[in-house]
Amino acid sequence: MVISKLVGARIKRKEDPRLITGGGTYTDDVRLPGMLYMAVLRSPHAHARIKRIDLGKALSHPGVVAALTGEEVKQVCDPIPALGPIEGMKLALRPPLAVGKVTHVGEGVVALVAESRYQARDALDLVEVEYEPLPANVDPERAMRRGAPVIHEHLKTNLAYSIKQSVGDVEGAFQRAAGTVKARLVEQRLIPLAMECRAVVAHYEPGPGTLTIWNTTQNPHVLRGFLASMLHLPENRIRVIAPDVGGGFGSKIDTYPEEALAALFSIRLGRPVKWAEERMENFQATIHGRGQLQEIEVAYDQDGGITALRVRIWADLGAYCQTFTHAIPTLTLTMLNGPYKIPNLAWELYGVYTNKTPTDAYRGAGRPEATYLLERALDLVAHRLGRDPTEVRRRNFIPKDAFPYKTAVGTVYDSGDYEGALDKVLRLANYTALRREQQERLQRGDRKLLGIGLSTFVEICGFAPNMPDNATVRVEPTGSVTVFTGTSPHGQGEETAFAQIVAEELGVPMEDITVVHGDTLTTPQGYGTLGSRTLPVGGTAVYQAAKTVKEKAVQLAAHLLKVTPDKVSYEGGRFFVEDIPDRKVSWKEVAEKAYSPPPELPADFEPGLLATVYFKPSNFTFPFGAHIAVVEVDRETGDVQVVNYFAVDDCGHRINPLLVEGQLHGGIAQGIAQDLYEEVVYDQNGQLLTNSLMNYAVPNPAMLPSYTLEASVTPTPVNPLGAKGVGELGTIGATPAVVNAVADALKPLGVDPAQVQMACTPERVWRLIQQAQRRRR
Amino acid sequence: MLCNIQVTVNGRSYASAVEPRLLLVHYLRDVLGLTGTHIGCDTSQCGACTVLLNGKAVKSCTVFAVQADGGIILTVEGLAKDGKLHPVQEGFWEEHGLQCGFCTPGMIMASYALLQRNPNPTEAEIRHALEGNLCRCTGYQNIVRAVQWASRQMAETQPTPAPRRRAGRRSR
Repeated sequence: MVISKLVGARIKRKEDPRLITGGGTYTDDVRLPGMLYMAVLRSPHAHARIKRIDLGKALSHPGVVAALTGEEVKQVCDPIPALGPIEGMKLALRPPLAVGKVTHVGEGVVALVAESRYQARDALDLVEVEYEPLPANVDPERAMRRGAPVIHEHLKTNLAYSIKQSVGDVEGAFQRAAGTVKARLVEQRLIPLAMECRAVVAHYEPGPGTLTIWNTTQNPHVLRGFLASMLHLPENRIRVIAPDVGGGFGSKIDTYPEEALAALFSIRLGRPVKWAEERMENFQATIHGRGQLQEIEVAYDQDGGITALRVRIWADLGAYCQTFTHAIPTLTLTMLNGPYKIPNLAWELYGVYTNKTPTDAYRGAGRPEATYLLERALDLVAHRLGRDPTEVRRRNFIPKDAFPYKTAVGTVYDSGDYEGALDKVLRLANYTALRREQQERLQRGDRKLLGIGLSTFVEICGFAPNMPDNATVRVEPTGSVTVFTGTSPHGQGEETAFAQIVAEELGVPMEDITVVHGDTLTTPQGYGTLGSRTLPVGGTAVYQAAKTVKEKAVQLAAHLLKVTPDKVSYEGGRFFVEDIPDRKVSWKEVAEKAYSPPPELPADFEPGLLATVYFKPSNFTFPFGAHIAVVEVDRETGDVQVVNYFAVDDCGHRINPLLVEGQLHGGIAQGIAQDLYEEVVYDQNGQLLTNSLMNYAVPNPAMLPSYTLEASVTPTPVNPLGAKGVGELGTIGATPAVVNAVADALKPLGVDPAQVQMACTPERVWRLIQQAQRRRR
Repeated sequence: MLCNIQVTVNGRSYASAVEPRLLLVHYLRDVLGLTGTHIGCDTSQCGACTVLLNGKAVKSCTVFAVQADGGIILTVEGLAKDGKLHPVQEGFWEEHGLQCGFCTPGMIMASYALLQRNPNPTEAEIRHALEGNLCRCTGYQNIVRAVQWASRQMAETQPTPAPRRRAGRRSR
């Protein structure tokens, strides 16, 4: 598809008018007559046996209608499935409510419904639960050792799975290396923290036997399938609606207990049931992101060529396998080569259950973890060799004429120009001047040190060859167009981007196009919005469906104009015959005739003007980029400020640069958030210490910089749009850039760069400075 | 026990009997059905519930409905006049200052309050003024631009006699 007036244009969003006037409909905005409100009592313990539950007082509280325990739910509802378990893994699926024991703080123990929100909340305080606390597993490395308390006794171990593999001659490379570096890196747990907490409204109508679920989900079709299997209901009797959804960042991919519980109450009581998560619940009951401990060892030659990489990862899965919990750390493995030609690699991955909230996809989902360890590694090598980090990267890049390129770990990259992106960002940032300023500050002995951090990266996106998606493009008899998609955007702006694609292809004004998503009753089976797939996979389906519709419209117009289709031209909403200007028919007339065919049409002309197309990509896409973070580190207090941020990102063709830049801004912000501010902290007993926005530092506007962006455009051959997806790119690039900048700033003080860990809070940085100074004295 | 309150919301008067503990945000959303005001946390950090009470931006999750008795409230639903968007709303649209839209009503109301007291804020002043509002989608850059856009627009359409700095500076 060519970049044109519409495709590639900065078009304002179609979504916005409703959202800026308070006219959006989020799940908690849905109100139905006779609706009950659900509340969930959650475990205060990380690991404990449930000895006794007494619902008596709660059930007699005014307004309370019913309550359920885990034992009762177990009789009628299966645990939440996990997608594609790893072969041979020990699978611990989450039951909707705890059965027999609780395995993390925040696990649901009792659910109840009442006539009002406040009554339901009051009644939780009246539920009596007696626990027998057990020792908790907090550290995944220890949790897999012999003697650690076993969380799921039937599995006999906390080790869910391990993967051990190597390619090339790793031992030989280490023996022949000019030097080696080691580091132990912490990918701390994060709270995804979509601004809208989770919510569900379940409405079972006994007459038709249908269950309608409004839910804050990123993938309504998957939720429908999961609910059907958990509740033993026919899939076609369940309708899942994702109305306006207030962000997800991966956390709303999962199916959660509350969807099933609200459905159970609604089925049992014949009344609609609503549950709206509170933020403090969200910290405990919605998945966490990241959570890896990484040991890396790098072998390099005298020119800084990386000859081998050894990686050992402990992935902190938390207490259960939710939708993709087990799979996320394996994505780290697929991207261990990054944009580099590393020939010899060995990896070990241990997926370990702990007494914590399960982890799962959070923006980047496994790939920031890979980029982080690689980019830290390259900087450590540069530091050892006393070379500029750009030099070491250039030495190792996969060259731009090598694509498609199969990496040593076996991933096949579609297209790329890594050195080109690096060159661009160096110019954009005026790198030489930055290095000069850094030296000047040092010579002057400035209190604020300048740090310059680099990240060159590639990610795996456009999920996936085994996850096709679809679109229906339906031209209505008046000529307006309705687009149905199996993706489920929740902030990304595809109502606009998809409309641009259709407007371009069909020549219909943007305002005459409506994009429908997030309703399993009206949209074909899709995989939702995740893994930066909506545009490259769903958007391509839209494009192909529009093309099919256009071909049929041309055929119909040809009949009406009494010429062969090859004689028909189309422009400005009119089909016409070249050289016979008065032989023309409008788009609207063609649309109308498609549904009320005139007698002159051939008998085999099938009425209607619509098409449903599934697009199955042949490969993933591999967006890439180069980022430079410029930080100031206060050598007295350890405070770090990002003073400038330069990013060159390549997501292939940009259908709407405005939306692309928005995704990059937000993505970079979440990377910086992990670098400097955010960190989930559990104590030794598995208590969640960062349990609210009072003690978990999501950055506010004053804590983040402005970003300077420039595009690099290397189309993907994997889809006709040439678009690679951009949702996760910013986060993946930003995570190592800022930490490398902090390490860079601290080097002159004698701080070992390998010791710098996220989050680079003032305390942590200050301690590093103090330790280095003590060593020097 | 129920308390009688009377409030004016977006120019319309309402009389209700409410529990003393009912939060203003629940009153607006659940009693009056004005769901444009959102709830994003339970500790007064996120600002999604920001409304104007007697001309001042408040977090309506931290105000009881009874405290608003006799008050004048403006919510995001009351900003547009006769189908015409307020410049702050337009600014968010023009500058792509929203993605999922969940923080947006609170952001818009906080920005509106800022521009009432400081019609021509600098970038630093905007970022400082919006410290009580969290957004997870935009990284804030386009929110800053949205407020700057509104500031310029309001200077053009509602000139004030006081001497002012020239609007129109923007960082790209």
